[in-house]
Formats: sequence, C-alpha cells, structure tokens
Amino acid sequence: MYKIVKKRVLNPTVTLMEVEAPFIARKAEPGQFIILRVDEAGERIPLTVADYDRERGTVTIIFQIVGGTTERLNHLGEGEYIQDFVGPLGEPSHTEGLKRVAVVGGGVGCAIAYPVAKKLHGQGAEVHTVVGFRNRDLVILEEEFGAVSDVMKVMTDDGSYGEKGLVTDALKALIEGGAAYDEVIAIGPVVMMKFVSLLTKQYGIKTVVSMNPIMIDGTGMCGCCRLTVAGKTKFACVDGPDFDGHEVDYDEIMKRASTYKEFEAKEREKACNLFKKEVR
Amino acid sequence: MPNMSLKKNPMPAQEPGIRSRNFYEVTFGYTAEAAMDEAKRCLHCKNKPCMGGCPVRIHIPEFIEKVAAGEFEEAYRIIQKTSSLPAVCGRVCPQETQCEQKCVRGIKGEPVAIGRLERFVADLHNANSCDLPAKAEPNGHKAAVVGSGPAGLTCAGDLAKRGYDVTVFEALHLAGGVLVYGIPEFRLPKAIVQKEIDNLRALGVKIETNMVIGKVLSIDELMEEYGFEAVFIGTGAGLPRFMGIPGENLKSVYSANEFLTRVNLMKAYREDARTPVLRAKRVCVVGGGNVAMDAARCAKRLGAEEVTVVYRRSRAELPARAEEVEHAEEEGIVFRFLTNPVAIEEGENGMAAGMTCIRMELGEADASGRRRPVPKEGSEFQIACDAVIMALGTSPNPLIKNTTAGLDTQPWGGIVADGRGQTSRAGVFAGGDAVTGAATVILAMGAGKAAAEAMDEYMRRPRG
Repeated sequence: MYKIVKKRVLNPTVTLMEVEAPFIARKAEPGQFIILRVDEAGERIPLTVADYDRERGTVTIIFQIVGGTTERLNHLGEGEYIQDFVGPLGEPSHTEGLKRVAVVGGGVGCAIAYPVAKKLHGQGAEVHTVVGFRNRDLVILEEEFGAVSDVMKVMTDDGSYGEKGLVTDALKALIEGGAAYDEVIAIGPVVMMKFVSLLTKQYGIKTVVSMNPIMIDGTGMCGCCRLTVAGKTKFACVDGPDFDGHEVDYDEIMKRASTYKEFEAKEREKACNLFKKEVR
Repeated sequence: MPNMSLKKNPMPAQEPGIRSRNFYEVTFGYTAEAAMDEAKRCLHCKNKPCMGGCPVRIHIPEFIEKVAAGEFEEAYRIIQKTSSLPAVCGRVCPQETQCEQKCVRGIKGEPVAIGRLERFVADLHNANSCDLPAKAEPNGHKAAVVGSGPAGLTCAGDLAKRGYDVTVFEALHLAGGVLVYGIPEFRLPKAIVQKEIDNLRALGVKIETNMVIGKVLSIDELMEEYGFEAVFIGTGAGLPRFMGIPGENLKSVYSANEFLTRVNLMKAYREDARTPVLRAKRVCVVGGGNVAMDAARCAKRLGAEEVTVVYRRSRAELPARAEEVEHAEEEGIVFRFLTNPVAIEEGENGMAAGMTCIRMELGEADASGRRRPVPKEGSEFQIACDAVIMALGTSPNPLIKNTTAGLDTQPWGGIVADGRGQTSRAGVFAGGDAVTGAATVILAMGAGKAAAEAMDEYMRRPRG
C-alpha cells in the first residue's frame, strides 16, 4: 500500500498527488512512468512521473479524470492509500548535451513536460516553453514552468488566457524568430504531437514525443502498448515512452487509444454513481 | 493383485457444451475410489522408469502405493519431498511425454494416470489439511529470487526448506507468474495457485510484489546493498512475438499474452471487472501451442460464436498437449492446419474484419527437426473474423540483461546458464523460460530445483 501524502486539485479535471514510494523515488527520472491500481479490484493504469523527491521518498503524479479508475483515484484523499504503485518504468528522457530546447506541453501532458523542462534548466540548457490549454480554467503548472523557462508562452484555444491559438502557432513564431533549437520535446494529446512534429520536420529540428498508450503490465509482457515507429513495431513501455516524433505513426496510435472508449465512459459513470450514493 | 485394466480410470469433466460457457474447471478430479482403483494399476517396477521421466524426480511408485492403500496424506508427504507445486503439476504437466510415457503399462494399453493421481492427492490435502509446512531452522544466509513463476517459486521453496532467508521479487501485483496471468482459471483454478503460495509463505518465504528488478533495483544492488548472497533469475519469457504482417496493430488484434492477462490476471471475464476485453463474435487464434489453445478456449467462453485456430503446420506437429487439443475440439474450436496469415483486413472503426491466409505445404525438415511449412503460391483465401489473437511464442524480457554487467546472454536473449543454473556471474543463477525460451511449467520447476541446490552449495562454500 502506498500512502498519499499530498493532494492538490490543479483544475476541475486534473489532480496532483504526492505518493510515498521510496524505492521508486530513489530511481525515477524525467520521462519515466509508474503503473498503479487504486484498489484490490482495480485495473492497472500507467501515469507519468511528474516529479520525485529522493529525500522524502515520494513520487508525484498528475492525472486527468477520464475513466472509472481516475475517477476512483480522485476520490482518495491525503493519508489514504493506493493499492499498488510500481515503477519506475520505461526509459528516461535523454537530455544530455542539449543546450537549447523548446518544450511543448498540451493540457495534462504539461505534467510530463514539466520534469523534463526542470531537468534541462537544471543542467544549464536554455529552455523555451510553450504550453497550451483549451481555456483559462484548465491552465496548470504555470508558475512551475515559469521558474525553469527562459522564454514562456501560454496559449489557449479560446484566447481566455495568454495568447489565442495553438502551440504550433507559438512554436512556429519562435523558430521563425531565430531560435535555433537542438531539439523540440512535445508532450500532450497525440494530435498535438503529430502537428508539432509536422511543423518541426519542415525546419529539420529533431523532435521527441512521449507516448502514453493503453498498457497492462508495463514491463514488455503484453504488447498492448505497441506502436509503429519508422515502420517497426515498438513497445512504448520498454522501448519508450519517448520516440522520434518524425517517425511515429500517429493515426494508428489514435485509433488504438480509442479501443475501450465506450467501456471507459461506462466505468466512469458507474464510479460516479457509486460515489454519489456514498455521499449523504 | 494389480488392476490389469488396459484403460485409465476416466476423469469426470463438465460437458463441453456447458463448460465452453463458463470459467469453472473443466475436469473434476478423481474420487477416492477411482484413485485407489487407478493406483492399483501400478506394477511397482524395480527400476522405476516413470521417475526418470519426471523433471523434479517425484518418487512416483512410492506415492502411488500409498494411494492404493488409502493412505492419502502419506502419499502427499512423499510428493511434497521433491515437488513444491503438486496441485499445479497434477494439472498442467505434459505427463504424456514425461512420467506416463515411461510407464510400462503404456506398452500395452494406457499408462497409469500418474498426473490424475498426483492431482487427487494434492487436492485432498489442500481441502482437508490445515497443517502448514514447518519452517526450517534458519541458517543465517540470505537469497533473492527474481520472478514468482514456477521456476522462482520452486527455487524459493527449496531454499527455504534448507533454512535460507528467501525474498521473492515479483513485477506484477500478484505472485504466480504465468500460473496467474497466463493459464486460465478453467485449467488451473487460481485458488490452487494461491494455496501453494501460502504454503511457501508458511515456510518463511517473503514475497515482494510490484518490484520490477532491473528498474527499481538492479541485481548488483540486491547483492551489494541488500546483502543477498545469491540471486536466482526466473523472469520467464514474456516478450510477445508478432508476425509483422499488415493490420497487426488494428484495435482488435491481441497478443495471446495481452488477451490472457486481461482475462486471467485482471479477471475481465467477470461482468463487474474493471479491466475491459473485447468480446468478439468471430475470433482467429494464430499458433498451435498450449497458449493458443488457452486463448481460443477463453475466447469461446467470452461468448464467441466461432473460434478458429490457424496453424501453419499440420495436426501432427501441433506443439500443444493432446489433451488440450482434444478439449478445445470438443468445445467447438475449429482448426485450420497448413494455413498461415499474410494480412489482417481493417473493417469499421479500426477493428479487424478478416484475415487473408495462404495455404502451406510441408517441405524439408528444418533445424527443429520438423518439416518446414512452405507457402503454396496463389492459394490465398479469406477467413472472416472480428478479432485476432497472436499466439506465436515469446522471448525473454531484456530488463535484467540490460542492467546487469557481465551477465552473458544468447543472441536471442536467453540468459546463458549451465544445467545447474550457474550464469556467467558468480552468485547469480537463472532457470526456466528466461534461460530456455518458452517451455513448460515443470521444466521451469526442474530448473528452479537444480539452481536451489547449486545456490546452496555456493552459499555454504568455504570463503577466504
């Protein structure tokens, strides 16, 4: 059992939890993920490590409430326990030798982008951050990103905060403005990563994207998280989750990600009903 | 007088039409009367050929003698001396190619039903005995076992019986390895696996779940920082193979590992399960091993109307146990031999709609000694299906290999180890599928047993 030591609601659909997991905290690196089960009957879901504190022995996760499991997870409070918490899984993001990087985050993907930006900043790289959200209410981690970025752009789809537009608009402006990046790191919805990669390909800038497909074991056993990269089948859990953005078959990933959409929606409804009943 | 019947006592089973709609165990096991009658078929040969066929060398004629006399608990004690998982082996061992193949009674008629007798004895013990195995006197040495499948559990049990302080590290949330994620409930009820694991805990074995060795801790850390003097690697062969054909990444295409893990470990067959599994109407399973049979029979039980096993060689080359093939056919699984998929067609919404296959013929024998299947040009045809399960075998997981310097591996990923499990690293032993590639539960247990012996010698060696 793994204790939740801190819980913070970042926006109406996104929650941060700091979880006691000393073994994982000792080893975790940006880009890696954990798999958790909320309770004895729970499914296994992967969540990327958003932060870690080696001294306190804690790992931070940030999740969006999308299905039954995240709904149930969100109903746990500080001092309560998560049944299973395993990691760190996947390969860490490669940041060595990078001097000038654009980090692009979209929605809850910013939770994954942040530790990468933080690490890059920590090793002395120039970090330009572009984060995008649907609207003002959904903006997360603005302060945290601000503290580790040399240039920071916040974009919203409806213009209710920051600049109106897509992350690709801001990234294009930065590139056109003369920012010569060693690498662009894009983490967010698959469709966003696809369009960031299409843009950077035009400029010949190496681009790394982080994949978060459906998984079960997370150790290379089930093959559920497979995707096509440069025409070859790769497993996101052991070969990734980071891949060359210019080589990923995004359309296939989007299809596979929708496999259990109906089931997830029903499960979430079931979980919601359950909690409504429990509330007096 | 021995019972000279040429046939085994039959084992009662659920009717095929009923069992193919539920996940309860297929066979019910012997009654005491049937077991005693069957035990009397044993001729008690002096040279005990059956024992030579058993990878863990159970004292077969001795335990059968006790069964014949109705001394069932005594029979259990004899089995338990050499086997740590008797209720499991009685069910999933390929006895027909091991102990029973060597049985003299098999020369004329059917061999003694050694597997069924083993199962009977173990089940009766588990149902009636509250005695937990006694802990051995601690010998002050610490050993680690990585992986809690049949190899790891056997190694852990044998070391614990010798007084070692044993910790088993398991990557998943539940111990048992392939016994819980791979083999379905109807062939090996999970309560039986749990009981065997509880017995190991009673021996003093500690089991740490959610520990992916190679990620959260390395083999070197286990030995240097945590004081484990010897480590056994029994991490199995988990990495699923795919064919590399078009359409293989469609939504309703599963590896057998994924499909079986969803169904068995995550209990997706239950209506209230929180892990989903697609319930397809027409399912194609590609492959001919036991895993393919398990996947096909699970698909049927999930409500598929038509389940087809597609295998590139002929019936004679099927690697699955004859009993599993027979059970599958009784349940209405269709076999298409000398058939190989070349593409999976996309239907609506990213799901599979059918599989294009090509007919094969058997050519010259290949390295495995089996005749190599060769495609017949222009013989392509379609099988309509809405889901495909690829059961093509697995290769060893590279997580430990990649994080353990000096651990030699084969080009295909298997860990190099001698017959006693010794790897290229001092104090590091390995066995089971991680060494051999995908094989059987009992061979893995045999390897775990041999390694425990070698580890015992290693840890007791004079130092200086």
